[in-house]
Amino acid sequence: MAVETLGSTPRTKVAPWNDPVIRGWVFQIVVVGLVGFLAWYLVSNTIDNLQRQKIASGFHYLEREAGFEIGDTMIEYSPASTYARAIWVGILNTLRVAVLGILLSTLLGTLVGVGRLSPNWLLSRICAWYVEAFRNVPLLLWLFLFYKLISEAFPGPRQALSLWNSVFLSNRGVYFPVPMADPIHKWMGVAFLVGIAAAWFVNRWGKKRQEATGQPFPGISAGLALIIGLPALVWLAGGAPHHMSWPELKGFNFAGGTVIQPEFTALLIGLVLYTSAFVAEIVRSGILALHKGQSEAAAALGLSRGQSMRLVLLPQALRVIVPPMTSQYLNITKNSSLAIAIGYPDLVASINVTINQTGQAIENILIIMAAYLSVSLSISAFMNWYNKRIALRER
Amino acid sequence: MTDAMPVGDRKPLAPPVDETGPLGWARKNLFSSWGNGITTIVLIAAVVWVLSWFLEWALFTANFTASTGAECRGGGACWALIREKFRYIFFGSFPYEQHWRPLFAVITMLAMLVLSADRRMWNWRLLVIWGVGSFVTFLLMFGQIHIPLSLILFVALAGGGIGLTLRSALAAPSERMAYYALVAIGAAGLVLRFAGVLPSWSIAIAPLSYVETSLWGGLPVTLILATYGLAFAFPYGVLLALGRRSNLPLIKGLCVGFIELIRGVPLISLLIMASVMLPLFLPSGTTIDKFLRAQVAVILFAGAYIAEVIRGGLQSLPKGQFEAADAMGLNYPQKTLLIILPQALRVVIPPLINTFIGFFKDTSLVLIIGIFDFLNTANQALVDPNWAGFPGEVYLFAAFVYFIFCFSMSRYSKYLEVELNKGTRR
Repeated sequence: MAVETLGSTPRTKVAPWNDPVIRGWVFQIVVVGLVGFLAWYLVSNTIDNLQRQKIASGFHYLEREAGFEIGDTMIEYSPASTYARAIWVGILNTLRVAVLGILLSTLLGTLVGVGRLSPNWLLSRICAWYVEAFRNVPLLLWLFLFYKLISEAFPGPRQALSLWNSVFLSNRGVYFPVPMADPIHKWMGVAFLVGIAAAWFVNRWGKKRQEATGQPFPGISAGLALIIGLPALVWLAGGAPHHMSWPELKGFNFAGGTVIQPEFTALLIGLVLYTSAFVAEIVRSGILALHKGQSEAAAALGLSRGQSMRLVLLPQALRVIVPPMTSQYLNITKNSSLAIAIGYPDLVASINVTINQTGQAIENILIIMAAYLSVSLSISAFMNWYNKRIALRER
Repeated sequence: MTDAMPVGDRKPLAPPVDETGPLGWARKNLFSSWGNGITTIVLIAAVVWVLSWFLEWALFTANFTASTGAECRGGGACWALIREKFRYIFFGSFPYEQHWRPLFAVITMLAMLVLSADRRMWNWRLLVIWGVGSFVTFLLMFGQIHIPLSLILFVALAGGGIGLTLRSALAAPSERMAYYALVAIGAAGLVLRFAGVLPSWSIAIAPLSYVETSLWGGLPVTLILATYGLAFAFPYGVLLALGRRSNLPLIKGLCVGFIELIRGVPLISLLIMASVMLPLFLPSGTTIDKFLRAQVAVILFAGAYIAEVIRGGLQSLPKGQFEAADAMGLNYPQKTLLIILPQALRVVIPPLINTFIGFFKDTSLVLIIGIFDFLNTANQALVDPNWAGFPGEVYLFAAFVYFIFCFSMSRYSKYLEVELNKGTRR
């Protein structure tokens, strides 16, 4: 009966200005109106200013000739290329340093984080100081320091430090020999990808068999054998072409071989050292979040420290580690934009030159935002998928 | 029969010698196994090698007294460069004979931050400290401050409004009358001021010579950008976080969109935007100070990150707190300011300090749009051709200064985390 009366109580009449629903809508309309007014004000000012300064609008400039040099390109580029091409070169450079940075700082950070928990006092102290030193100083300062050290403390090309007369370290970067271009390389690349796919399938099969029969499968070595072995087989089948392009001193610089530019080296070293300090803290807190019984049980089962870390602790800690790690990966991608300060031609650098040459700030800023947002969103989408996959399945 | 022996007669055996003292400690922590022992020896060798090289460079062969870079060359570290340039590194192009002003401004800001770190100050005193501190800081930096009439009127209006909302049911009639009076004076005054009836009058406080922001540099710039970036971003971040948790779909959409947009792009792109796009956004002829533009970009950026930290605190509150506040008949501002935020903010103080450390470091990015913060002045000190070629010394010095600031803040945040959780820890 009580339920009936409760359910059928007529809604008390309230004055409209005391009704929370009406209030809510009024408030929203006012706020949206204010924001809309602000936007209209800014846009109308902008249109005004653009007309008065005779700045063109639209994205037509992308097809025009860029006319500026880019020092470090992954794809064919010359000053005669279009602005679109220049920006694409920048995006590729950003992605290159971001992907390498993510891989290396995950590796280094995990080592340092595990090292901080080592029973060896000296090792854990050194790792702790590493973390404190790198995360308490701005990344930009590290970048400047590494860049200046490479470009000023290293000798010039003529006095370059050489390793076996084939790798040369100088203030122009690191020169080392590469195989001459050969059609077989394309097929080796295909074999590499096939190897990765095969390794994945073999590992899945191995895991299934272990779950069914208890027989362990050497997944890592089998995978490595496939990934390295398949391209090697293709290389041998192609007649093992072994002509190399050697770097040689010609005039004021080296010719031949390939080079890692000092800007790229400084940026990558700075990003990796800085970010791995944060990754180390995340890994450490992830492992510390586990119950002590987990490591004790692993030890009681007779697993070595390395085994218990790899098979018992890290897989569980991953659940705690992955979400903050995602934001570190996003940070690397965004921090790679500091490249502009030391002259590495990343996306922001390309855009900055384009803004200065064309004056079309708005379109260019839109491109930057779209590019970074899509990279960020894809990283978070991937990490969310991975997080779901490793999440604890509660029954 | 040992059980029957009186306990007092049994002296406990001393533990074995190799289990106690420095020897036992070393055995347990450095040489517990073969692998560990080898690691220790390798590490000791590496540390000794690096330290001896570093000390040789930084102390034994270093030059502290040279008067030009040429005299320094060939030896170890050239600390004489720091000696020569430290005033420029700390205070930038601020007029040389007036350097005491940024010095005292830095001291004031540090005192402000240290006092705010004391939990006994976390009440109305905080407002007084920040009000007085900011006034002194900017008076020292600018040299002259003009307080316009409209600002005073606005403060009266805002103060009265906040008092009315928060203390509507609690205040005595006389107090409520005072709030009404403040609101009335503020609103009427502002209307009259903009209608042009009241003159554009301002209080001028001008004890010192005026120094414009383009001459500011060094540590005070870094401190101002970080401190006021956070101080303004904080209320703004609170609003964004509340908006993101709100039931009103339009408000929520606006806040989520803003937060995700800002967090998705690098700070540099915001700074570039502030330096090239802001002039386009404003009516022609208006120019905004470059320093202010950078400060606005930092505030917008910080607000989005702070909002996410605060959202964590809001989500950690049990639902019952919200429902109880509703049941008490509190309105939204009262519920939020008296019940929700005091609890939610308490939880997020340590992560907020970590965010602040991040901003303190990130302010170094403003050098890209040509503002002379601490890192930029250090950079400029390298440009002098007389002293070219010693980047390591200058950057290590700057790194050391940054380290002192960030490390002490992170220690404070750790201490607070323990201190604030005393009640809930087992």
